[in-house]
Amino acid sequence: MMNDIWILLTASLVAINAALLGCFLLLRKMALVGDAISHAVLPGIVVAYYFSGDKTSLLLLIGATLTGVVASLMIDFLTKKAKIQGDASIGITYTLLFAVGMILISTWLKGNVDIDMDCVLYGEIGLINLDKIIIDGNLYIGPMAFYTELFAFFCIGLTLVLGFKGFKLLAFNEDYARGLGINTTRWHYVLMTLVSLTTVVSFEVVGAVLVVGFLIIPAATAQLISKKLNRMMFLAAIFGIAAVVIGYALAIWLNVNITGAMVSVSGIIFMMVLIIDKFFRKQQVSKSLNPA
Amino acid sequence: MQTLIDFITFKDPNVIYVVLGMICINTSSAVIGTFAFLRKRALIGDAIAHALLPGVCLGFILAGDKNIIYLLGGAFLTGWLATFLVDYIVNQTKIKQDAAIGIVLSTLFAFGIVLMSVIQNGDYANEGGLNNFLFGQAAAINKDEVYIFGIILLVILVATYFFYRAFLSISFNYDFAASAGLPVKTIEFVLTSLTVLAIAAGIQALGVVLMSALIITPAAAARFWSNNLRVMLLIAVVFSVFSGVLGAYVSYANAGVPTGPWVVLILSLITIISFVFSTKKGILYRILLANKNKRKIFTENILKSIFQWHEKKQKDIAEPFAAADLLSVRLFSTRELNKGLVKLKQKGLLVADGTKFYLSAEGIVESKRIVRLHRLWEHYLLRRTSMDENHVHAGAEAIEHVLSPEIEKELEKELGILGIPKDDY
Repeated sequence: MMNDIWILLTASLVAINAALLGCFLLLRKMALVGDAISHAVLPGIVVAYYFSGDKTSLLLLIGATLTGVVASLMIDFLTKKAKIQGDASIGITYTLLFAVGMILISTWLKGNVDIDMDCVLYGEIGLINLDKIIIDGNLYIGPMAFYTELFAFFCIGLTLVLGFKGFKLLAFNEDYARGLGINTTRWHYVLMTLVSLTTVVSFEVVGAVLVVGFLIIPAATAQLISKKLNRMMFLAAIFGIAAVVIGYALAIWLNVNITGAMVSVSGIIFMMVLIIDKFFRKQQVSKSLNPA
Repeated sequence: MQTLIDFITFKDPNVIYVVLGMICINTSSAVIGTFAFLRKRALIGDAIAHALLPGVCLGFILAGDKNIIYLLGGAFLTGWLATFLVDYIVNQTKIKQDAAIGIVLSTLFAFGIVLMSVIQNGDYANEGGLNNFLFGQAAAINKDEVYIFGIILLVILVATYFFYRAFLSISFNYDFAASAGLPVKTIEFVLTSLTVLAIAAGIQALGVVLMSALIITPAAAARFWSNNLRVMLLIAVVFSVFSGVLGAYVSYANAGVPTGPWVVLILSLITIISFVFSTKKGILYRILLANKNKRKIFTENILKSIFQWHEKKQKDIAEPFAAADLLSVRLFSTRELNKGLVKLKQKGLLVADGTKFYLSAEGIVESKRIVRLHRLWEHYLLRRTSMDENHVHAGAEAIEHVLSPEIEKELEKELGILGIPKDDY
């Protein structure tokens, strides 16, 4: 029971972190850049892990986060310098970096139990309790993954609070922001760094491939029904947590993959909100057309 | 080395199937990918590829075995569902296409992961083969599958041959195709079906996660080498098949290594080489061109200031001058100026005479030409636009280097000026 609660708490933090950043990615029309970054951190994680031999070291955190930033630089380079269209640049970048990561796994980390193909796909959320933090010899205060997520949450929270105005302007009107003299490039890369950090710390919990579901789907669901940024961020976090809790319950009940269930539920919530919202809109329209 | 010889000589009969399979798969996806790339719908392929996983799993559950027909059928179904859902979300909400792709891709992929865990927990024979669909294992291609991939390739090639003009017109200009009366919806439907088919065939070799590379990357690389669609298709196919067979070899030589990542790595390297070294749009070529232009502009500016100096001093243009004299008419850095003078000497436009220089006959013609272009343009701006005479110089300074003899004649006719105008602004 205690284990379940820790898993839910950790996964909820993953969902909150990802959902908050997802809102900005979505508004900046960069949803797939988030997807690309989450795939692209893989080689960084493998290389850093190979040298540090530890899945939670600071070296891994920094090294892998930098790879994500490199991916976004590479996308910009391909679009601006090589003049390849945007969507193709994203596709080329993430497939290349992900391929490099997988080649490294299959050669350097052959037979390793900590990082293997399954972990890349959907993480090891069921096993996070193995890596416990115990203080004073016997006081168990939760799994390591929870605290790395908490750390990421504080990083994201602090940056968003301090730079809220900048992010908001960047999200809604980049040209206007630049006109006001705001360094939009800097804010852009701050956002990319945060996205990269989130995918790196979430890697062992939900893997590199499915994290994009946490980034985009709850934020998109919130965008369907809210017109204000604050409300959208709040709702996105709620939708994310709901998907985590329902998905986990379903996965335990049906004995299926936990992360897969969470993201599937997230997608179902999205479709339900879309259909309900459409239904109400239709009623409103018909009411205003026939007031009697 | 021995494995390479084994591979090339098809000593292992399986190698024949693998190579034939890769040729079919990579040709199909390169052809279809080129159209997807030109339609700027490259990442739809990504959504389709990820969405195939639940289809493959459903096919496996229904067939109870790794039956290629069931797997491809399931894949085709969910692949189509993915394209439909993306279009539905984009049309019904304010959500943009890229976000819609992300939503559909991750949901269907996650559902596929759920189904995979169901299969792993149940008692199915031969379930291990399913992992090959995630990251690709070309070595697993067998004889029956080669036939099916061959049929898919044939369908795609025949369709491309018959619908070539239609595909071409909706790829380059959708609105034009629609207004010209082409049945764009039907063509799109055919193209999407072929895309799903090509991707469904490819996941065996590349895996769902990396399959989009086989759609996007060959086309992106080929785009650097040609503007002609036929040539582009051919180049994309060559690049793709080359990487596919090489990747299959690496995977063959190191048992258990997935094929997908190697194919993608080789393809990406080809793309990088293309955009650096391409003679049409390569980055290196563009840098060289820019430098050449810069040098041309610089030497032309020197020639112009030589003329201006002589004019100012009321000397004959053929009289000698010192390098330092030019600094009184135009600001040059001394080092750059000396380099420029050496260049002009090499071209035979300038002759050195001790520490001084004078223009050769050709040099005189050339310097007069540039000054004339500059002043013609100034006059044109003054007379034909409402520009003030303080502002016409900057425009002329830029355009004098690119005006062709034809435009020079036009200007001459338009303004009625012969020879070099006297006024300089």
